[in-house]
Amino acid sequence: MFKRFIQLQWKSFFRSSSFGKGLALKIVMIFFGLYLLSALVGLGVVLYFVLRKIFPDQNPMWMLSQFMIYWILVELFFRYFMQKLPVMDVKPLLSMPIKKSAITHYILGKSAISVYNLMAFFLFVPYGLVLLSRGYPILNVGLWLVSIMALVLCINYLNFIVNKSDKALMIIGGILLTLYGLDYFQLLPVREFFGPLFHGLYQYPVTVLIPLTLAAITYYVNYRYLRNRIFLDASLKTKSKEAKTSDLAWTKRFGDMAPFLQLDLKMIWRNKRTKAQVVISLLFVFYGLIFYSQEEFANMMPMLAFLGIFMTGIFLTNFGQFIPAWDSSYYSMMMSQNIPLRKYLESKASLISVSVVVMFLLTIPYVYFGWDALAINFGSALYNLGVNIPVILFFGSFNKKRIDLDKSPLGNMQGTSATQFLIILPVLGLPILIFTGVYFLISLEAAVITLSLLGIVGFALKSKLLDAITEHYRKKKYGMIAGFKEKEG
Amino acid sequence: MITTQNLTKKYGSQLVLNIESLDIPKGQSFGLVGNNGAGKTTFFSLLLDLIQPTTGRVENNGIQINTSEDWKPFTSAFIDESFLIGYLTPEEYFYFIGDLRGRNKADVDKLLASFENFFHGEILGQKKYLRDLSKGNQKKAGIVASFIGNPEVVILDEPFANLDPTTQIRLKAIIRELAAKEGVTVLISSHDLAHVTEVCERIVVLNKGEIVKDIQTSTETLQELETFFGG
Repeated sequence: MFKRFIQLQWKSFFRSSSFGKGLALKIVMIFFGLYLLSALVGLGVVLYFVLRKIFPDQNPMWMLSQFMIYWILVELFFRYFMQKLPVMDVKPLLSMPIKKSAITHYILGKSAISVYNLMAFFLFVPYGLVLLSRGYPILNVGLWLVSIMALVLCINYLNFIVNKSDKALMIIGGILLTLYGLDYFQLLPVREFFGPLFHGLYQYPVTVLIPLTLAAITYYVNYRYLRNRIFLDASLKTKSKEAKTSDLAWTKRFGDMAPFLQLDLKMIWRNKRTKAQVVISLLFVFYGLIFYSQEEFANMMPMLAFLGIFMTGIFLTNFGQFIPAWDSSYYSMMMSQNIPLRKYLESKASLISVSVVVMFLLTIPYVYFGWDALAINFGSALYNLGVNIPVILFFGSFNKKRIDLDKSPLGNMQGTSATQFLIILPVLGLPILIFTGVYFLISLEAAVITLSLLGIVGFALKSKLLDAITEHYRKKKYGMIAGFKEKEG
Repeated sequence: MITTQNLTKKYGSQLVLNIESLDIPKGQSFGLVGNNGAGKTTFFSLLLDLIQPTTGRVENNGIQINTSEDWKPFTSAFIDESFLIGYLTPEEYFYFIGDLRGRNKADVDKLLASFENFFHGEILGQKKYLRDLSKGNQKKAGIVASFIGNPEVVILDEPFANLDPTTQIRLKAIIRELAAKEGVTVLISSHDLAHVTEVCERIVVLNKGEIVKDIQTSTETLQELETFFGG
């Protein structure tokens, strides 16, 4: 039976949509995967030496044990968002002559080899090998690794148990913050308290039984819970949220564009992937902190131009590059309905304009790091408004890949094609190039003014540019409709 | 109302549609039947300018559809669930279509009220998004949305599929009424021979992309169709 399950798993992996994608994307994905893998292995290798260097008078193993508690809590916290039990996959198996207990073991067993668990594996095993090469006893290190993997499995299964309520997430987050706070303000020696517990796993090989037992218990709890709930109306049902009808009456002031604007706002708010885009965009406001606060970057003008264009235009690139693929699932309706294409594009342009303005306002506090930053961000915002919006809309007409809105946003490459990589050049590269050129030839002021002027010129020509773009969309219409109809491909 | 000339559609070397000429007069209820792959959906998609014909052209009320968009205000369609916007509630969807067709909320509400019977209490006020409705209920919403804004041409692909018996009967009455009383040109396709013969004045049978029968419906029509498809 399990042989068949493994075959199924094998096929589902190699026939999944991410493997069917275009060659360029495949290479990028493989490259990214290898990068992540080597980063993990590399970290595992250097971890020993890093710990040695930071805490020269402490044993690295001892130090690592002290942080274990945080690792577990942080991992639980993140897994809450990322990892869900893949229960839906077994729907077709239900009516087959397979024992329900076998199906349950299949789901749970499958989750044991998830990417998240493998990540820990690739981090800790190299670390263990380094320990061995440094003359640590093989029995202790070997069983410690087993303990760690058992702990990973505990986290894995514990996550499925707590995953059912948002309260659990808040509790985990709360514990994490409290412990860290107590530690940080030296109210309670949290690390010193938990450190020996985890170090014990290394020191006394026999204790490997504890994490193993815990893993078995969490597995069993999951098994008991799931075994009784493999029914279509219990755990296999996709939850649907209660919908609220809203009319967003305030958008009426935008006249003809109002219906489209309403539609876009609802789309962003009611779909996981678009919502994630907004949150990510907002978080990128803090991106500047990394660079402005460092001496070597603070006076590197091209870097500041990059920050300006990037931060004020993050939503523009993130959201804009997939126009009109966001509407792909109902694009044939949009094209046969009584919709002037121009109005449709205009409303997208306004939405992005608003985002650029908002992002600029949010970056104003960076004036703390000098007026230069503010001036550059202002010029960048104008450039984004005037030039980059038409550019991104134009490139949108090359989109032919469908996007299913309700798919999970994390690591979702749906809708991505070579276009997305090409867009980066004109949108990010060109303004930085212009800025840097003028800056070195003339001055910072001139560079900011050049960007602003380009933006203003683009703004003045907006109507003409939009006409041209609309015409382009009209020509590409049939290709888009056909492309958007293809599911997964 | 709708005329097509030399309409063909090829995918690669495969000819999927080849209709020399077809003329559908105003106010006619027109039925399209044929097996899977006969070209029904291709034909409707061509009428809506969603795909490009390999040769030939389509005119809707004298307007050539791929050169002007002026046919859109008086034409509406429901082809499949890709005509629905999943993340809207049915009400929001109806108002959105209303907005596109110059109908305000009150107009749409009035129209919806007349379909209360058809909805059978399963569409309005359900606090559900369209994507969470059952297939049949999605279809109901899509069909009714295509009636918003007094269109002169309504195109429905497989409107009876997935509907429950009560709704099928109600839909038949609605379509008959549209064509008879309001002079709307209704184009429907169906796999159910009994339904189309009941509703449509004229039935065209497509087979492998070509018109093999073009009949004015009479009492013998159903028999004739059954013999054709059974044989």
